[in-house]
Amino acid sequence: MTGAVARSDKAQYGVCGFLAIVGGLVIADALRIQHIANSTDPIGPKPVPIVLGVLLLVVAVLYAVDVARGGTGEAEGGEDVDPTSPVDWRTVGLLIAAFAVNLVLIEPAGWVISGAVLFWGSAYALGSRNHLRNLVIAVGLSLTTFYLFAIGLGVNLPAGVLQGIL
Amino acid sequence: MDLLNGFADVLTPMNLLLALLGVTVGTAVGVLPGIGPAMTVALLLPITYGLEPVQALILFAGIFYGGMYGGSTTSILLNTPGESASVVTAIEGNKMARSGRAAQALATAAIGSFVAGTIGTLLLALVAPQVVKFAISLGAPDYLAIMLLAFAGATSVLGSSRIRGIAALLLGLVIGLVGIDKVTGQQRLTFGVPQLADGIDVVVVAVGIFAVGEALWVAAHLRRTPGTVIPVGRPWMGRADWRRSWKPWLRGTAYGFPIGALPAGGAEIPTFLSYATEKKLSKHPEEFGHGAIEGVAGPEAANNASAAGTLVPMLALGLPTNATAAVMLAAFTSYGIQPGPLLFQRESRLVWALIASLFIGNLILLLLNLPLAPAWAKLLQIPRPYLYAGILFFASMGAYAVNAQPLDLVLLLLLGLLGFTLRRFGLPVLPLIIGVILGPLAERQARLALQLSNGHPQGLLGGPLSYLIYALILALLLWPLISKRLPTHTKQPA
Repeated sequence: MTGAVARSDKAQYGVCGFLAIVGGLVIADALRIQHIANSTDPIGPKPVPIVLGVLLLVVAVLYAVDVARGGTGEAEGGEDVDPTSPVDWRTVGLLIAAFAVNLVLIEPAGWVISGAVLFWGSAYALGSRNHLRNLVIAVGLSLTTFYLFAIGLGVNLPAGVLQGIL
Repeated sequence: MDLLNGFADVLTPMNLLLALLGVTVGTAVGVLPGIGPAMTVALLLPITYGLEPVQALILFAGIFYGGMYGGSTTSILLNTPGESASVVTAIEGNKMARSGRAAQALATAAIGSFVAGTIGTLLLALVAPQVVKFAISLGAPDYLAIMLLAFAGATSVLGSSRIRGIAALLLGLVIGLVGIDKVTGQQRLTFGVPQLADGIDVVVVAVGIFAVGEALWVAAHLRRTPGTVIPVGRPWMGRADWRRSWKPWLRGTAYGFPIGALPAGGAEIPTFLSYATEKKLSKHPEEFGHGAIEGVAGPEAANNASAAGTLVPMLALGLPTNATAAVMLAAFTSYGIQPGPLLFQRESRLVWALIASLFIGNLILLLLNLPLAPAWAKLLQIPRPYLYAGILFFASMGAYAVNAQPLDLVLLLLLGLLGFTLRRFGLPVLPLIIGVILGPLAERQARLALQLSNGHPQGLLGGPLSYLIYALILALLLWPLISKRLPTHTKQPA
């Protein structure tokens, strides 16, 4: 409904492929499990993953049939979503990069640094160019959350290199 | 009597402060564009971590109602609702706001939510103990059947593609499979990673799919010119508005609670039913589509009553039927509370404290929202880069805080990418999250059922009750075929 363009969406076959790969993986993993079954557990840990894997393969095929017949899923809308625009891969890539830096830095450098990098990087990726104000907000947020949650409420957040300083 | 004790446990100055805090933060976050109730609850989980269970529940009840109400404010003032349950509210609510009646739309939504929430919570207090009494007599095969019904209900939401719903459900079930099998100690899908042995934490899944997935998806399609926010004064209603609102509130509640309480219910059906009913009964049918107050009052009440209704299966059976209840269940598990029939017996104080907190949260919400609406409307103008950067920031903080391991952040990112993919291809999110939570429980019940029948497959099917449920499941799954054959249905299949 929301700006769904009347054209076949070939990328959907990728989803079918993904479902089939997951299905194959689940079956392969289940076959590796030793068969353990006894009177208290007649079927053991194997059958459920095998059933799920088979169902995934079946659904992958049915999904592909649906796509071939012209079926499309309606992309999700939202307040800030412009569904007619193409996917902006540059922004998505930069966000993933900012997130990756955060997950690498969180233990060695600590949450205050990694969280600030995450916020600043994400704001940059999303098009905010007021670098100084972004930096102030980023550091302010990560310091506030660290004091409030880690020190105030005892939530697990690492202090990292700033251990002893904060 | 139990409920009075619940109030006695909850009514201390400190707890009231927590309830106020929960409602305020819940509304403030829920009002933000792009953040629905489920994401509000998932993102705000960390603030409940350092508290005692009762206090955490009180804070949580406030967040729950605050997040629900925040979402409807957004849909009235901005249009394009963040979640399917608010679609109907947006239709008439936004039209009212555009024609200068934003204050009345917000007022009827707030008061209607309060009325529906109060009646709904009261019904919850009456019905849940009965459901528990009934649930205690249920055997493993019955539970299995109920869970399969929840799966069927989640995948066959009105008007969406079934095959996509089933695909999402299966992905969720696979995620739920990861970890050590509790019965035999065998590792499944852990690929030798020791941190995966305990499985993927449901909180990480919820935050990844809802928050990170949503932020990435919006970022990919960010509107360069944000929608216009309609300015609003203090909400109020005139006599005519009251006269036109009170019946829709009650009718909406009557639809919302029972349908919400069903294992395959949800909020979409009652809100649509309520809208259709009000349109039919209204003395001003010509106003529908141009901002009829009944079209806001009824669906808003239905939405809130159904939220209270979903708490019945969630608390009494441990069965979440919408995304918010799914996140709530995950939260309760992280406090060491396992919802289900035994919860009412073992920790009845806790249950009644929660129900009492829901009443209080609902009241505070009303008192807070009427005067604060203009302030909430200002939040809608937050610069989008900060909003989505903030979502990623709090999402990664919350996910890390669960187990304090960086691997959870890797999972969070992967799940975020999965959430992005679901949104891109129109796969529904709810079946996935229901699959993650109920999958392991359904497997346990199935194996228990087989154990009781000494491995005889008949044991899986159970007795009369489960036959009835399986008949319902079949009807749900075959509904498109049945409805096609009905004489009134003349629409050509697309």
